[in-house]
Amino acid sequence: MTILSYIFLIIGALFFLLGGLGVFRMPDTFNRIQAGTKATTLGAFSIIVGVLFGSVENHLDWIPKLIIIIVFIVISNPVGSSTIAKATYRSKNIPDNLIQDDLKERGEKQ
Amino acid sequence: MKYLITFLTLLVVYLFLAGFTVEEVILGSLVSVVLTVLLANRLNFKVDWRFPFKLLKFLFVYIPVFIWKLILANIDVARRVLSFKIPLNPGIVKVKTNLKGDLGKLTLANSITLTPGTLSIDVEDDYIYVHTIDILKNSKDKNQEIISGPFEKILGGIFE
Repeated sequence: MTILSYIFLIIGALFFLLGGLGVFRMPDTFNRIQAGTKATTLGAFSIIVGVLFGSVENHLDWIPKLIIIIVFIVISNPVGSSTIAKATYRSKNIPDNLIQDDLKERGEKQ
Repeated sequence: MKYLITFLTLLVVYLFLAGFTVEEVILGSLVSVVLTVLLANRLNFKVDWRFPFKLLKFLFVYIPVFIWKLILANIDVARRVLSFKIPLNPGIVKVKTNLKGDLGKLTLANSITLTPGTLSIDVEDDYIYVHTIDILKNSKDKNQEIISGPFEKILGGIFE
């Protein structure tokens, strides 16, 4: 169990590293948000699963709390990233490498 | 029915956070009853007799697919980040959804955000605006199929 827990912790840390690298390397805001959201969600997920396996032996009462943490992270992380993306678009901070932009047709009625 | 579901949800969250002892069950029930009386009329959701089946379908069909897609999305991000020149082809696509309820749309938008190469930006009426890394030119239906296809079918049976 402890070894399994360490494996999940290492995988989680690796995804956090890749997410940070993605935020650093991607060329524009939307792609940075994408890399950041996905990598941090699975990273947090994996680290919490690792803690869950580690706590099976002597901290059984942690398990429900960890499940609640996972649920709230998975709900709130994409909502936050969508909000940032929406704010980016509305502040006219639009990258010029978009091939197709359906939001432009909607016009300025917001 | 609505009161019962609200009460049970509040009680379960309370017990998960506080631990399963007799004192906590009593106190949690009291707090949940008060909160249910205060909140239940303002909550905007409907329940019917199919709710348990929908919950089971949500837990055992939707969540495994979701986790699988999340892992695929991360492998995709890793592949892009680690390649020497980042392969990008970005665009914003308008995707139509058949889900009517707010909760269904929220779940669909969240699922789209966490699937490979897509990020939902805005929801308006029946349309979700999605930023994708790899857009296919001049094929609206195919873009839509790739982006929302797999989840739309599963969520259609769970939410309205």
